[in-house]
Amino acid sequence: MGKVIVVTSGKGGVGKTTSTAALGAALAQRGDKVVVVDFDVGLRNLDLVMGAERRVVYDLVNVIQGDAKLPQALIRDKRVESLFLLPASQTRDKDNLTPEGVERVIGELKEHFDWIICDSPAGIERGATLAMRHADIAVVVTNPEVSSVRDSDRIIGLLDSKTVKAESGERMEKHLLLTRYDAVRAERGDMLKVDDVLEILSIPLLGIIPESMDVLKASNIGAPVTVADSRSAPALAYFDAARRLAGEILPITVPGDKRSGGLLSKIFSRRAA
Amino acid sequence: MSIFRLFKKQSSAPVARERLQVLLAHERVSTGNDLVQLLREEILAVIAKHVDLDNERVQVKMDRDEHVSILEIDVEIPRDATKQAA
Ligand SMILES: Nc1ncnc2c1ncn2[C@@H]1O[C@H](COP(=O)(O)OP(=O)(O)OP(=O)(O)O)[C@@H](O)[C@H]1O
Ligand SMILES: [Mg+2]
Repeated sequence: MGKVIVVTSGKGGVGKTTSTAALGAALAQRGDKVVVVDFDVGLRNLDLVMGAERRVVYDLVNVIQGDAKLPQALIRDKRVESLFLLPASQTRDKDNLTPEGVERVIGELKEHFDWIICDSPAGIERGATLAMRHADIAVVVTNPEVSSVRDSDRIIGLLDSKTVKAESGERMEKHLLLTRYDAVRAERGDMLKVDDVLEILSIPLLGIIPESMDVLKASNIGAPVTVADSRSAPALAYFDAARRLAGEILPITVPGDKRSGGLLSKIFSRRAA
Repeated sequence: MSIFRLFKKQSSAPVARERLQVLLAHERVSTGNDLVQLLREEILAVIAKHVDLDNERVQVKMDRDEHVSILEIDVEIPRDATKQAA
């Protein structure tokens, strides 16, 4: 049975879609069978970031409403063989996502894939709560900035109360993915420090993704950053994060920090279970 | 802009951290479960029996840890209010 991951944040524009594509591709590049699911109904973007926008025929809403079978809606990635996309609808609104429908589709995907990665819409409304509903693991995407941290705190509260896991008294596995990290601003003291964010949110760290032009370039050409330029700094950070998701224990490197393997990274690796 | 800002290197991150900690302690109480609210009221009542205190200076919060939740009670007691208790 596959594992369901929700990539969520509360705040918009922090890097959920970028991270869904990059982590999904990174896990598939290891050979796992992965499907990335776009829950941003009405504002879909994952197809664009994955470079599959012209191949969308059916979407999640079609499958939920029974207009299409799951295999008809799944799009296989052209570059990574074991990577699939289930796109969102662009024309309908999120009211077409029913809790029962989502449950059925997720259940079906779990039988066929190792990882089901759900790209959540921003906000804390229906779309976001449906995206997290069946998750086994949550990746909380946060920028080192006050409003993003505040919204992440809110989302963590929802993950601990509104999910199937939480309702059945189980512990939801949550990981912090710090994105758009700017080493220069960190050095100047004008950006929340990594351990400040960790202390405030108190969930283990999955990785730190640097602010980088490579992310923009990748989205321009329509490829996850781990595929577009697998040697770039954000790609390397996403590869490490994917390995941690798969259970490996690796020291965390802070982007721009030359002393990797230093005291800092030792501290972080202890906290990143 | 003050001329001193040219000389004094200020960093804004510590301010951000401070503001977040205060804000989130508050929000976790107000959006959290009724238990924290209830505890807060009863704890306040007990302490108020013995010392004068400002309701705003009492923070009750449920903190998440990886495995457990920690109930944190932070009571600020003015110097002169402690006289009878101390
Ligand atoms: N590490 C990064 N470096 C530079 N730019 C980034 C990085 N991560 C994301 N971006 C850019 O930020 C913008 C928002 O990213 P993305 O669409 O992934 O966010 P999102 O959280 O999915 O947004 P929404 O809430 O609207 O769905 C995009 O233009 C993306 O290219
Ligand atoms: Mg998005």
